[in-house]
Amino acid sequence: MAMKPELMKRMVKGPDGLEFEVEPLRDYYCEAPPTVMPAAYIKIVEDLFNWARAESIWILGFGTGCGAIEMRPLMTPRFDAYRYGVQWRPTPRQANLFIISGYLSTKTLKRAIRAYEQMQNPKYVIGLGSCTINGGMYWDSYNTIKRLDDYLPVDLYIAGCMPRPEALLSGFMDLKKLIRAGKGEGANKYVENFDWYKANQKRVIHDWDMPDYNW
Amino acid sequence: MTTLTIMRELHTRLKALFPVGELTEQRPALGFVTVPKEHLRTTLMHLRVKEGFTHLVLLTAVDWLEEGQFQLTYLLSNRPLAIDLGLRVMLPRDAATMESIHDVWPTAATYQRELREMFGIDFPGSPRLHEEFILEGWKDIPPYRRDFDTLKYANESYSQRPGRETHDPATHMKQQLYPNGR
Ligand code: SF4
Repeated sequence: MAMKPELMKRMVKGPDGLEFEVEPLRDYYCEAPPTVMPAAYIKIVEDLFNWARAESIWILGFGTGCGAIEMRPLMTPRFDAYRYGVQWRPTPRQANLFIISGYLSTKTLKRAIRAYEQMQNPKYVIGLGSCTINGGMYWDSYNTIKRLDDYLPVDLYIAGCMPRPEALLSGFMDLKKLIRAGKGEGANKYVENFDWYKANQKRVIHDWDMPDYNW
Repeated sequence: MTTLTIMRELHTRLKALFPVGELTEQRPALGFVTVPKEHLRTTLMHLRVKEGFTHLVLLTAVDWLEEGQFQLTYLLSNRPLAIDLGLRVMLPRDAATMESIHDVWPTAATYQRELREMFGIDFPGSPRLHEEFILEGWKDIPPYRRDFDTLKYANESYSQRPGRETHDPATHMKQQLYPNGR
């Protein structure tokens, strides 16, 4: 594994002439592993939370494959996903739904993992299009993964190549039902099977040069 | 003068100066000639300085596995005349090396970086040649080489979801549309 020079432990000279040591992977990232987020103390409260969560789905605006093009019309008056409490956000910190919109090269997978891990709990993942389900038409490609659920906890798949905006809207409705039923537990599943996910991820990402968990 | 005549005259002029091959007329405004490896640079410079081919459109490679050769194609464009000329260079496939032209067209450095990564063709002296370009952490032989078995690699590297079926599109659609045969 080749580590990028800027990630290596080294001495740095500051603007005031003082030399100090930096170790980017330790200094810039929190090393604490992720933890399971327990449900609220009583079911009726958890149900209320889940209702609220289902009604504010904020999507990370990160398009990986061709399917991303179908999200644009959803933001326009023609399909207007906003009327369902669905909106797009520019950063992982502000989003709770990650739509993997199509084929995912191993290079993008690395960024997708980082983005997913930076999202706040509770968070959900939708796999959009056949590429995320079984590789789609990139099934024999040297550089794309074939099963998204090996690498990230997927709550829901939307089939098609590519799925139309209506299919996405219907997917949002199904996701809402899952969340309200308390089944949107992807983030906890990720934590519980953390080692399994990490092993799968590291099997395909050959130049792993990031911390194991990117807060 | 038609585009085709311009192209043919250009070829005649080139032929008088360099050992270029026959002109392949793809379209009136697009032709290809083969140039021996060692004459590429002088031919490129001549075309650029004397014939107005100032734009390098692309630099790409073809793997002629059976012949044991790589073909490099330098596509040049003459903007005022709106004609394109491609120069083909054949290289032996083993330890393929080609002279870099990044000093003539800086953009060539990017193409050369890609060709180094995807075909394993070396361009000594080209800037940042050995930095990763498209792939990250690639360990196998360059993936655009034709002896690289993409399917085998995909099966070994990535877990597949069981139950996937592959149909021949033509037969499948026929079945779907005319189930009783017609
Ligand atoms: S499923 Fe189809 S539309 Fe979606 S990313 Fe794959 S090839 Fe593109």
